[in-house]
Amino acid sequence: MIEIKGLTKKYGSFYALQGLNLSIGEGTVFGFVGANGAGKSTTFSILSTLLQPTAGDAWINGKSVTKNPEDIRKLIGYMPDFFGVYDQLKADEYLDFFGSSYGIPAAERAKLIPQLLELVNLTHKRYEYVDVLSRGMKQRLCLARTLIHDPKVLILDEPASGLDPRARIEMRDILKQLKSMGKTILISSHILPELAEMCDEIGVIDSGKLIAHGSVSAIQTQLQGEKVITVKLRETVDKAVKFFEEDPFVTGIEVNEQQLTFQYRGSDEEQMALLKKAVLANIPITSFAEEEKDLEDVFMAITKGVDEA
Amino acid sequence: MKSMFTNPVLIKEFKLRFRAFKSFSGIMFYLLALSIFVFGFIFVLMDFNISGFISSEESVMLFSLLTYVQLALILFITPGMTAGSISSEREKQTLNILLTTAQSSFQIIFGKMSSSIVFLMLLLIAGLPIYSLVFLFGGVSPSQLIVIFAFLIVTMLAVGSIGVMFSTLLRKTIISMIATYGSMLVLTGVTAFFFLISMEMNRSGMTGVTSSPSIFAHFWGTINPIALMMTLIDPLMLDSFYEVTNIHFPIWAGYLIFYSLVTIVCLLIAVKRLRVNMKKVK
Repeated sequence: MIEIKGLTKKYGSFYALQGLNLSIGEGTVFGFVGANGAGKSTTFSILSTLLQPTAGDAWINGKSVTKNPEDIRKLIGYMPDFFGVYDQLKADEYLDFFGSSYGIPAAERAKLIPQLLELVNLTHKRYEYVDVLSRGMKQRLCLARTLIHDPKVLILDEPASGLDPRARIEMRDILKQLKSMGKTILISSHILPELAEMCDEIGVIDSGKLIAHGSVSAIQTQLQGEKVITVKLRETVDKAVKFFEEDPFVTGIEVNEQQLTFQYRGSDEEQMALLKKAVLANIPITSFAEEEKDLEDVFMAITKGVDEA
Repeated sequence: MKSMFTNPVLIKEFKLRFRAFKSFSGIMFYLLALSIFVFGFIFVLMDFNISGFISSEESVMLFSLLTYVQLALILFITPGMTAGSISSEREKQTLNILLTTAQSSFQIIFGKMSSSIVFLMLLLIAGLPIYSLVFLFGGVSPSQLIVIFAFLIVTMLAVGSIGVMFSTLLRKTIISMIATYGSMLVLTGVTAFFFLISMEMNRSGMTGVTSSPSIFAHFWGTINPIALMMTLIDPLMLDSFYEVTNIHFPIWAGYLIFYSLVTIVCLLIAVKRLRVNMKKVK
């Protein structure tokens, strides 16, 4: 559905994007994660025909972003990270304006608008001026606006930014609904856990480069070589420290009362062997557990690696 | 014609404009300014006139005054109405969304431009009852009024398109306003100055008689809106203009050609530069 090849955007000597390659299948919910300024919005702006790439190209449904921008605009629904609304318009007039901008006949628009307002839970605000809506409501109205022409692809740049927890949950529920409607959704965030639940795939971008791409679990597996193990002991901490220090895959042992924490680089089999060996050596282990890394840790670890390189 | 009234941007602009209080206050102040000039003129005239009536010559004077006031108001209001048309959307962060819709750049520019022009025409029409006062006293023909109105609209379109062009090219409304008002200054003040200089340069030595045709003097005079209005109001001014430039090409035709070209070129630039040119990618 979406194919990005060698996409580059250069401002003077600064690279906002450096040869980005990416392929996203139809119906996929793709989460684009990266710190502020990593290149997420630049990618989305190019895909939305708002920005001209310095090199490379992207195709949506076989249409080139650089060669067929008019066709692309009909295929996508774009929601920018920061956007304004026409305060003097009412919610239904706002949607009507964008409906007519896509050439949807007035009769069809009249049927569509109540459906869209219902989808984003704004039916009760239909005749209210956009000006009086809360930020969360404006975000939802803008999301309804992106859907007015029934696009195949939704490009949502930080749709949940600046929202309170309740509004975030509401937004997430709507996105789940859109996912079930079979839309291909590109969604960006600098907060990874926000995306984990609803995304099929995640791409991590840093300094204009895609540094990881795959399912949420696949990206977590990328960190397998750097897993953190916590061992709880009943007694004889010194003996345990000495034992684990001898293992070639163990580094950075930290002692906290009756608990040891260390990085382990071995495979699952080697990890099993280590535990067995520790038990046979009479190390009084009460717990031997791999630390659950949340997505924030994954993101931090990946981006840290890139910075150091 | 139908497409003009179904243009989404135009309809949206109408709604936004007529829901804003400043549009109504704008019309009110425009009519107020016009009324102050007309009624002030009439009262002053009546005070100095022992006979207590206004002659047709004085009526023509009133008509001239009204035309210059209206021209000045158009030159002053049009940049304010159009120089923020695109840049204000950019500042309010609504432009990006608008540019990702299926509307063509021409549709967007046309909608923006025509909404401003239609509002300005409303101002002109609203001022007609005050204008028509001159017919009470005679001395002015309706055809003269129609011609002057037609040229006011030509001027309005040109100034409006300059405003829309700067609004598209420049990111900030304030800079776009300065650029558009600067252009007005060039078209009214600088052209008048160049006209006078070229006219002087064309005079032959001591005699002060114009010897050869002066293309430059004719050009600078032709594109000056005030000079055009002078010749439209008073045919004697037209004769003197032809005398000093020694070229008998009609000033109204030159004006029409020049400002039509300005309108077309500015709108084309605005349409071309509204969106990024994707086809330039390596």
